[in-house]
Amino acid sequence: MQIYLPIAEVSVNSLLLLLIGAMVGLLSGMFGVGGGFILTPLLFFIGIPPAVAVASAANQIAGSSFSAFLAHLQRRTVDFRMGTIMLAGGLLGSTLGVAIFTRLRTLGQFDLVVSLLYVVMLGTIGTLMLAESVRALRRRNDPNAVLVRRRRHTWAHGLPLKMRFHTSKLYVSAIPPFVIGAVVGILGAVMGVGGGFIMIPAMIYIIGMPTKVVVGTSVFQFLFVTGFTAVMHATQSGTVDVMLALILLVGGVIGAQVGVGLAARLRAEQLRILLALLVVAVCLKLFADLVIEPEELFSLTVS
Amino acid sequence: MIRLAAVLLALVLTAPLPAQESVVTGVSTENIGLNATFDGSDLFVFGAIRRDAPIPPEADPIDVVITIKGPPRNVRVRHKERRLGIWMNTESLPVRQVPSFYAIATTRPLEETLSETERLRYQIGMDEAVRRVGGHDTIEDTTVYTDALVRLKERSGSYQQRDGAVLVAEETLFQTSFHMPANLTEGNYIAQFFLVRDREVISSGTSVIRVAKTGIERWLYNLSRNRPLLYGLASVAAALAAGWLAAEAFRLARR
Repeated sequence: MQIYLPIAEVSVNSLLLLLIGAMVGLLSGMFGVGGGFILTPLLFFIGIPPAVAVASAANQIAGSSFSAFLAHLQRRTVDFRMGTIMLAGGLLGSTLGVAIFTRLRTLGQFDLVVSLLYVVMLGTIGTLMLAESVRALRRRNDPNAVLVRRRRHTWAHGLPLKMRFHTSKLYVSAIPPFVIGAVVGILGAVMGVGGGFIMIPAMIYIIGMPTKVVVGTSVFQFLFVTGFTAVMHATQSGTVDVMLALILLVGGVIGAQVGVGLAARLRAEQLRILLALLVVAVCLKLFADLVIEPEELFSLTVS
Repeated sequence: MIRLAAVLLALVLTAPLPAQESVVTGVSTENIGLNATFDGSDLFVFGAIRRDAPIPPEADPIDVVITIKGPPRNVRVRHKERRLGIWMNTESLPVRQVPSFYAIATTRPLEETLSETERLRYQIGMDEAVRRVGGHDTIEDTTVYTDALVRLKERSGSYQQRDGAVLVAEETLFQTSFHMPANLTEGNYIAQFFLVRDREVISSGTSVIRVAKTGIERWLYNLSRNRPLLYGLASVAAALAAGWLAAEAFRLARR
């Protein structure tokens, strides 16, 4: 069934959109990643203008973070103090990111920059994941190899502006969480990603937060930062397509439920290889689109 | 798909003196609501030819040319070039007052129907749609850009030349339909009707059709343009509600 997206101004198959949403939801259900990094490029491939894809993805992530946030609230796995500092950074980053987004669009270079960023990001993530999966498969017979110690003291603990975080049981500088939040805010506004793939490792390895509260706290930050980003995009560039976001959202919830079930039944290492291959494939397709001569060298924008 | 008729009834009495035939145009409804579905909508146009005297028996069949022009917009045409192995936008040309929609329907191929002078005089034709662009600092040949503009517009269905699409019945009634793309611009569309004999325009008429899109998609689009803050807040609120509802529904369903 075809559906006309009012802001993107394109007609797309609504089942295809649901399927993409479901696939991304499946990934988040299986791996606990947000999936924004794969969602936005897939939207490019089906012909959604990149600017609309990015801004609507922010809106979609806000929606999908909400129910996750409520679940973490119930389990008391949110460090509000830490989350608020990351949120403050995130709002600053988002404002900056939206300004960069708008500037790049007026220059006519947004599509190029966002594609390049995705090629670099997906290339890095895909390679790391592939390497990690291969290593995981190899050491399956060695149970001790899996144990990785959490570093209690990192360089981040030597910085000024120290604060006490009771939920995380930490006494650490407020600068790293603020900066991490800001970086994620910029990425969210420019690329339409939640930023979990950067934020979660950074929270564990740089700040040294306990794994138990990492996801809940990041979801708290995503909820507000992506919501703020979506409102900013709507007012600054008018690129948020609410219909697109809602269809993806519904598909995502269905996919996430299936994903949780699948993850329990399938072997984690094999799943991770599949995800890594998908990421690498999307990266290569984006790269090919940049280097292969396009059929039409001209494009139109309403000024 | 919704078919909408622009019924042409009102009389235009200002026929030029030598002509014995004049076009009867007018639109019964000045406002047309188009429900933007996935593949756009059809605009049905028809009219009549008024005669003061019978047609001379040796005369060739009459020709009718109908053009529809959408509200003009300023656009920018961007050109991609290879830089460091990557195809990227380099030069761009701003073109002012480009019709957002332009369609020509004729009874026979346009070049056979109208003489070149008449065509230029009444500004009919794809090459006439885009205003000549003056000099540009860095772009030497702007026609490459304006050609690309027309090509892109034709590909998206915003510009169309449909030779032979006008049907004339009994030498008096004519009709045609235009396919309007889903992403058309709202505003005043100018429909022009030309009666042609011996490659010369003998009568013409103009009507204005106010095109407004209807439906939820249009409502959302207008809200996003007129009240962006409200639209943004509502979009986020809708996403939060939808995410929460869908998750709750699944939780209930699994019990």
